[in-house]
Amino acid sequence: MPPSADLPTATILPLDPFARFRSATRARIGLGRAGDALPTPALLDFQMAHALARDAVYGTVDWDALAADLPLAATGPVIAVHSDAPDRATYLRRPDLGRRLDADSPARLNAARPPAGACDLVLVIADGLSAAAVQAWAAPLTHEILARIPGWQVRIVTARQARVALGDPVGHALGATLAAVLIGERPGLSVADSLGIYLTYDPRPGRKDSERNCLSNIHANGLSPALAAEKLVWLMTEARRRTLTGVDLKEEAPTLESTGAPETLPTPP
Amino acid sequence: MASFSVQTGGQRHTFDSLSTVMACASPRRSGDELAGLAAATDTRRVAARMVLADLPLKIFLDQPLIPYETDEVTRLICDTHDAAAFAPVASLTVGEFRDWLLSYAATAQALRALAPGLTPEMVAAVSKLMRNADLMAVAAKCRVVTAFRTTVGLDGCLSSRLQPNHPTDDPLGIAASTLDGLLFGIGDAVIGINPATDNLSACMTLLEMLDQVRTKYDIPTQSCVLTHVTNSLQAMERGAPLDLVFQSIAGTEAANRGFGISLSILSEALEAARSLKRGTVGTNVMYFETGQGSALSADAHHGVDQQTVEVRAYAVARAFDPFLVNTVVGFIGPEYLFDSKQIIRAGLEDHFCGKLLGVPMGVDVCYTNHAEADQDDMDTLMTLLATAGVNFVIGVPGADDVMLNYQSLSYHDILGLRHRLALRPAPEFDGWLARMGLLDDSGRLPPPTPDQPAFRRLMG
Repeated sequence: MPPSADLPTATILPLDPFARFRSATRARIGLGRAGDALPTPALLDFQMAHALARDAVYGTVDWDALAADLPLAATGPVIAVHSDAPDRATYLRRPDLGRRLDADSPARLNAARPPAGACDLVLVIADGLSAAAVQAWAAPLTHEILARIPGWQVRIVTARQARVALGDPVGHALGATLAAVLIGERPGLSVADSLGIYLTYDPRPGRKDSERNCLSNIHANGLSPALAAEKLVWLMTEARRRTLTGVDLKEEAPTLESTGAPETLPTPP
Repeated sequence: MASFSVQTGGQRHTFDSLSTVMACASPRRSGDELAGLAAATDTRRVAARMVLADLPLKIFLDQPLIPYETDEVTRLICDTHDAAAFAPVASLTVGEFRDWLLSYAATAQALRALAPGLTPEMVAAVSKLMRNADLMAVAAKCRVVTAFRTTVGLDGCLSSRLQPNHPTDDPLGIAASTLDGLLFGIGDAVIGINPATDNLSACMTLLEMLDQVRTKYDIPTQSCVLTHVTNSLQAMERGAPLDLVFQSIAGTEAANRGFGISLSILSEALEAARSLKRGTVGTNVMYFETGQGSALSADAHHGVDQQTVEVRAYAVARAFDPFLVNTVVGFIGPEYLFDSKQIIRAGLEDHFCGKLLGVPMGVDVCYTNHAEADQDDMDTLMTLLATAGVNFVIGVPGADDVMLNYQSLSYHDILGLRHRLALRPAPEFDGWLARMGLLDDSGRLPPPTPDQPAFRRLMG
């Protein structure tokens, strides 16, 4: 039997006293109370957001659909690689395996290796922790990047079960000057499809995270693909001029939004 | 180096070092597996516990797991060890020590007196022989009380940090999350913001803003901007209204170097914050966060299991007479604590080990979206911790931290927990809630109504 109108259920205030704050924050403020607990709508909103985040972590990228959207005329065919983590469960437990190539991938990279000095940039499109982010943003971002660097020799690699540092052996195998890893970021409840870019000059196994530059939060309510490409091209141009990436380059880039680590930054995907 | 072995079930298990015994005796967790330190089988794990149970507690004084010469945390542990306090348990094995801790002889007073005589390695060792209920039973006997403008850790109290984080540190957004939390009676441990950047002037702006909120409503609590200790030192030099100095700490010198700190920097910060004399009911001024796995992720664990290294961080904390310490237990991710079973176990271990060492331990009951955990698991862990007497937990609006992208407890969760277990906020803060008219006759905090004076005052 549904509660009659005079039975108290959840206390959700008729005029939202938090209305004036809502444009200032996405935080879940002023949710009301059912006793001490969340009212049902707020409970289910939260569960849906968590489900979207979980599905983003465990989802798989439709790599064929993605490849069909990529500007391959300028880059040659996609080179597909796989990390040494065979599946998602292993990937989540063993970040070390996600940072190195499986047994079959080096041969595919070597077969596609351009003559020495002929690869300015490899774009590594990596699933990371959000398949949804890669599916949504990798292709438009790649278009925006390539449109800004005519004349550059670029290769595109797609990487499965990949961490950021997988770009190091990939870039090294192709003899690339720069590796930009486009990777799905760890999903939050408010955004499950956020993409990040990690740029490394002279990529090779053993590079440290402090030797990379990062652009994060590329999604519908964050950094747009066009602005991200703008910032990346600035970084890449400076990286080539100064022959480095990382902390030293960041300090010279006052117009870029800070990528400085907050005190409790999670490890990159 | 001496090896350790045990004959059991027709099989001989040998461990090549004390660190190996400790690592193999740990409950299974992904971080130790990632480090290649975990027991390969369940039988080997229990065999390691059998070895450990028969070792004398003293062995950890004689055989440091991380060398004295190369690690200042080991030097701190050895140099400040109180042999007189240790004397009552000095002849016990680790297994006998577990039995004694659970015995009626181990009263709150006895445990308080023992704390300076214990080292992190002893405490980590005994925790590995304990079930979850043992960890809760002993922790519940330990009271560690600290004070600044509120008194935290009293029997019958459960305090809370109000964490009004915002992805761009927007002042209005932070104010909204803060007011929402105050209406739930959250914030008696601290109102503490993780800033979006470590920029000094932005942190100073946040400090000013939090201090204005506190003084405007005359709230007996303390605020904190969780920026690097060197920023807090500069902010104090420039006259910012800083109550507590925050720092993330770890259990080895090398891991602390990775955080950009040393013991001497922490000493300097302690002196500076104390000299401001901003506390009204106490002089504890430091706030530390820790978490299993931080040393491994900095490649600074010296082959020691993640739980033991974590307890060493509490020895660092204890040296600076902190007001608050919490483990951010589920934040680090599934490569260190894979699922809710591992997160729950680690939360209870961290709380027990901190309390036994005399550290005012709280817990951020939390998880990330790539861990096998959800809000139901947090309900379990918060309830276990509250019965174990945790000093404080952390609340964010609707359990969703929109800046750090992880889930902690909601304001609702903490309020409900208090009501179910008849736990109160810190007495100074409880008095404020009463003065504001937010409490009913039984001391509960019912849903506010818009015509309530307190509601009008806070939201006006």
